[in-house]
Amino acid sequence: MTTLSTHTATPADTPQDAPMVAFRGVTKRYGELTVLDHLDLQVAEGEKVAIIGPSGSGKSTLLRVLMTLETIDDGVIEVDGQPLTHMPDANGSLVPASARYQRGVRGMVGMVFQSFNLFPHMTVRQNVTEAPIRVLGLRKAEARQRAEELLAMVGLEDKLEHYPAQLSGGQQQRVAIARALAMRPKVMLFDEVTSALDPELCGEVLNVIRRLGDAHNLTMLMVTHQMGFAREFADRVCFFNEGQIHEQGTPDELFGNPQRERTQAFLSAVNEAH
Amino acid sequence: MIELLPLLLQGTWITIKVTLLGSLVAIACALLAALGRISPIAPLRWLAIVYIEVFRGSSLLVQLFWLYFVLPMPPFNIQLSAFAVAVIGLGLNIGAYGAEVLRGAIRAVPRGQAEACHALNLSPMTRFGRIILPQALLAAIPPGTNLLIELLKNTSLVSLITLSDLAFRARQLNQATLMTLEIFGLALLIYFVLAQLINLGMRLLERRLARGRMRGGLS
Ligand SMILES: Nc1ncnc2c1ncn2[C@@H]1O[C@H](COP(=O)(O)OP(=O)(O)OP(=O)(O)O)[C@@H](O)[C@H]1O
Ligand SMILES: [Mg+2]
Repeated sequence: MTTLSTHTATPADTPQDAPMVAFRGVTKRYGELTVLDHLDLQVAEGEKVAIIGPSGSGKSTLLRVLMTLETIDDGVIEVDGQPLTHMPDANGSLVPASARYQRGVRGMVGMVFQSFNLFPHMTVRQNVTEAPIRVLGLRKAEARQRAEELLAMVGLEDKLEHYPAQLSGGQQQRVAIARALAMRPKVMLFDEVTSALDPELCGEVLNVIRRLGDAHNLTMLMVTHQMGFAREFADRVCFFNEGQIHEQGTPDELFGNPQRERTQAFLSAVNEAH
Repeated sequence: MIELLPLLLQGTWITIKVTLLGSLVAIACALLAALGRISPIAPLRWLAIVYIEVFRGSSLLVQLFWLYFVLPMPPFNIQLSAFAVAVIGLGLNIGAYGAEVLRGAIRAVPRGQAEACHALNLSPMTRFGRIILPQALLAAIPPGTNLLIELLKNTSLVSLITLSDLAFRARQLNQATLMTLEIFGLALLIYFVLAQLINLGMRLLERRLARGRMRGGLS
């Protein structure tokens, strides 16, 4: 079972708050390899959780199963109290979720990828309006207005008619953030969103995420190698190892006073690298 | 010399019509067969594979003979004009090659594109039609251009099912006038110009699809 070594008073622990995201005994295997091992994790509404850990420990997989990009082999994932892979049938018992049900729940989650994945044949404006028009049924004018607001928030209001190839990596990633936000998700997932960027472009993307954290009651899970940012931004840091949360706590606890050997070894290795 | 031109031009016009309409049939077949080939529904996949392998794996001339001479007989009893057979036969044939080209191009669209669509909750239809296919079409244009030029050259077979295309007229005039060099020189030139027109058209299309993208040295 998962070890929750340092248990801290995050909002997730206050019983009156149902968690926005809950992993209960989630297991994911690729053949012989167990990537998520009976994982338990609860994230409260509005909470910012940073996920750190060695390469291959399952951090991306955690986000990808929550985005339903991968299926799980065991356990339950809930978003805002609704199970992601199962749905209640007429008798109230759980059956595998239909595609339609899953699309409904998935709509509460948005994701930003390391490699941006903007649509190269569409302008910045089209990238941001496409899904709101097609999926949410927004009118073109509404979607445009939403896109303009979001692009202003990420500081790209002057790039509406540009194509992705005409933007820097940092700008592209900010468009990707605006594109995900345009769907008004309750939970946002960030998977190493600055790893493909030159150091001087990281800052602009992190600033956007920072502002997002201040302005919205958005629940965020972010996988990151930027310990400085995790420390300053997150409410809680989870150290991942071998498909489990090896240790978690507030940034001060986890970075300042890690309890377990693996965590200490990882953090000192990261510190040396910088 | 001048008196040769009207007949050659008549033949050219037939060649152009067969090429244009055949191209449309080929593109439609390629699209449908590529879709079938990647479909999650097994019978559709098999159907697409059978189509592709039959039309790639046998002689175009025999395919034309089948459509023209065999189909009108029982149990088929399907009578098509020579022109229709030419358009359908050439289209089906090149479409089979085009399906494989398109399938490759669809698979070559980076995985992240489909994942972004999934994360944005786009429906499978929107994902394919608005995001994946436009990118695949762009990648398929250079090999597609080759196939359309191939189709143009294949039209010279249609005289064998009684159509008077450019190659047929050239041979006919040659027999009547014995101006061999002039006639076949002219025929060569006309085919060449038509091929260049296809090239040009496809380049314009590529430029249009590639707008804003730095790819293949365009824009
Ligand atoms: N599609 C797949 N098929 C097989 N194995 C996979 C697949 N995707 C991931 N894995 C394996 O699962 C393990 C966890 O991968 P994951 O991407 O979650 O790691 P990570 O913690 O994000 O690592 P990194 O920090 O390098 O991004 C790795 O050992 C990886 O090789
Ligand atoms: Mg990863």
